[in-house]
Amino acid sequence: MKATIVTVLLAAIICMVYSCQSEDQIEYMRYYTAGQDLYKTKCQNCHGAQGEGLAALIPPLTDSVYLKANSNKLACYVQNGLQLPILVKGKAFNGQMPPAGLSPIEIAQVLTYVKNSFGNNMGLYNVEKANQDLSKCN
Amino acid sequence: MKFTLLSACALLLWSSCSFNDKSNAVLPIYGSREPVTKTVNGKQVTDTVYQTIPDFEFLNQYGKTINRKSLDGSIYVADFFFTSCPSICPIMHRNMLKVYETFKNSGNVKILSHSIDPNHDSVPVLKNYADKLGVTGDTWWFLQGKKESTYKLAESYLVAVQEDSKAAGGYVHSGYFILIDKQKRIRGTYDGTKPEDADKLIADIKTLQNEPQSMIAQ
Repeated sequence: MKATIVTVLLAAIICMVYSCQSEDQIEYMRYYTAGQDLYKTKCQNCHGAQGEGLAALIPPLTDSVYLKANSNKLACYVQNGLQLPILVKGKAFNGQMPPAGLSPIEIAQVLTYVKNSFGNNMGLYNVEKANQDLSKCN
Repeated sequence: MKFTLLSACALLLWSSCSFNDKSNAVLPIYGSREPVTKTVNGKQVTDTVYQTIPDFEFLNQYGKTINRKSLDGSIYVADFFFTSCPSICPIMHRNMLKVYETFKNSGNVKILSHSIDPNHDSVPVLKNYADKLGVTGDTWWFLQGKKESTYKLAESYLVAVQEDSKAAGGYVHSGYFILIDKQKRIRGTYDGTKPEDADKLIADIKTLQNEPQSMIAQ
């Protein structure tokens, strides 16, 4: 009997907490979790489970300063790959990144994950913003 | 009562596992084998001849010729890769770096990474790749040579390698690490894309290092 009451109470509390989340938070979580799965299949082999990269071959994704400064170019990098030399964490990387083969919504999801993992905290990057950035790719 | 019995069983199981774990581990010997009978001191003796890695000749990242003899007295790990590989190679070499860091000063362990794309992976390209990985000295060699020789050698390591224009990067290859003992026999295979397999490989190399001479001199 007591157990039932406790369970019901707990369920009620969980419901309350959940409904307290704003629409924005729910949307963010949707992007983030979808992005996490995409990251595992498309990015993790090279960039690592912790975004650590690989020595001087593959840049880490932990450089928040770089990510912020290049925030609106990242979608193009994911879509088309990258050949230019870039400077990340003070180190030059000049290898090639292949195109990821992702749709704009997937790019938005995976970038939301990257921009809010590995010590980064840049909030939601939605598909509208991704499409806007993608329209400016060279 | 029941609880005591259960926990006693659990304890027994646990202790038997941890007992078997390390103290007398012997690694299996892989590949084909055949019995050979010969006459020693007038007596008929039957011995087992194990499959070994055949001779080869490749260039390493310093442009030096490396063959079977260069590995005499060494335990080594072999894998097959190419520097422009977009799929599993980075994760393989992230894991191999752990092996390298563990044994780079041991003197009797080497790593051989065979490029399966020698047209692109010239000696300078391999040197550049090694430099960027932070690999120095003569513990980890990146090798290139004739494509056919590399592919044929892969077969003796029981590893599949082939060109495939449909695969990412143009090649399909399995991401295995192969452990070879001082007799050039295959003693273990590990999935190079799994960090836990790299840990197993490191443990197995230590087991091989401690293998008694009598077993080596078969």
